[in-house]
Amino acid sequence: MTMRYVDEFRDPAPIAGVAAEIRRTVDPARQYRIMEVCGGHTHAIYRFGLRDLLPDNVELVHGPGCPVCVLPTGRVDDGLAIAAEPDVVLTCFGDMMRVPGTKGTPLELKARGADIRMVYSPLDALKLAQENPDRRVCFFAIGFETTAPSTALTLLRARDLGVRNFSVFSNHVTIVPAIRAILDSPDMRLDGFIGPGHVSTITGCRPYEFIARHYGKPVAVAGFEPLDLLEGILMVLRQIRDGEAQVENQYRRIVPWDGNPAALRALATVFELRPYFEWRGLGFISQSALKLKAAFAEWDAEVAFAVPGVRVTDPRAAQCGEVLKGVLKPPQCKLFGKECNPEHPVGALMVSSEGACAAYYRYAAHAAETVTA
Amino acid sequence: MCLAIPGQVVALMPEQPLLAKVDVGGVRRNVNIGLLEDGEVTVGDWVLIHVGFALSRVSETEARDQLRMLRAMGEDALAIEEVRGYTFAAEAAERR
Repeated sequence: MTMRYVDEFRDPAPIAGVAAEIRRTVDPARQYRIMEVCGGHTHAIYRFGLRDLLPDNVELVHGPGCPVCVLPTGRVDDGLAIAAEPDVVLTCFGDMMRVPGTKGTPLELKARGADIRMVYSPLDALKLAQENPDRRVCFFAIGFETTAPSTALTLLRARDLGVRNFSVFSNHVTIVPAIRAILDSPDMRLDGFIGPGHVSTITGCRPYEFIARHYGKPVAVAGFEPLDLLEGILMVLRQIRDGEAQVENQYRRIVPWDGNPAALRALATVFELRPYFEWRGLGFISQSALKLKAAFAEWDAEVAFAVPGVRVTDPRAAQCGEVLKGVLKPPQCKLFGKECNPEHPVGALMVSSEGACAAYYRYAAHAAETVTA
Repeated sequence: MCLAIPGQVVALMPEQPLLAKVDVGGVRRNVNIGLLEDGEVTVGDWVLIHVGFALSRVSETEARDQLRMLRAMGEDALAIEEVRGYTFAAEAAERR
């Protein structure tokens, strides 16, 4: 057993202890497939080489919890169409700048003259609008429940301050409908879930109860350290061994069972669920994304601008969808490490450090030859 | 981008009750505390920060663990760059 990255991190003894307990808990005669929902977990799993600490029959399947990865190309194009409108300044987070649309990434369009600027906070976009009253500043909002409350508070602030030249192009998505879609997908065979860490600080653990109750699958919400993740995996494996299915909270020190009430109130004030939304790889999922309520129509980019809303299929050779669903491992994609690499990402999973392909490329590419198709 | 950044609250601003000045690895910036319950945070407390907002109050131990984890994942420089990049309350932030 190698402890490639773990040694440098902290006292390895407890980690070895949990790893040994995992080996005692599994039935060597069967396979286990556990999905880590969150892209931050995917990054940590590769970074710390955690697969090396798990028995061969325990497979970690990477989930959809990476905001830029699940954003379909059509929505990128829509955002870039807004940027092409007169007087517009399009703002977005750094990750988003490198996500390819049909005509290029936001960064490439910026180089060709579009006014597209990176911001670190939606409040920075709002400030830009206040400072440039003759421009129309649009924030290209992405992210799960971790990020959506910040957009909500920014919109409340825009309303309170009466900033009329500010708008939000909302691409916020919610994690639970995506998990349900994965559970309902005929080609997914999963035995349990590692629930997301920082998303759950907002949502709490209750939204995951249906996974245990209706699908009979264990869930453990876990933190990002190697010990956290291994303990979460052990919680799931113990439930499987004991024939149980419930939601456990390994990350109690950060995640309250009922979430963050102020953030949930802000979300409910500003957003409502869209009837459906397209996710890369997962297709259209009902009630899986957030749009601005009618009371905030004045700040809704989809009202203010003529957004094309055209569905765009990914380049045929790129297999982002299959990787996102966990059907393929990153190196099994034909483009992985060749046309598609972190310097020139063809697919969004190679862009963000939370994307399975970028994480795999950065930390585990040397192991690619041992992965069998 | 969903990994939160730990910072310590170094000042509250009565005239701007939605903001708190935090220190992240020596960089001091104002962050929005509207996602915390009223009165939840005070000087000396540690918070987890995400895109300019304090998401939750945490213990000092947890904050230090989180900082060390960001370092181990090679994301600490990016985290500090992010905090340094917040401009929405720059005029009120302490110059370094």
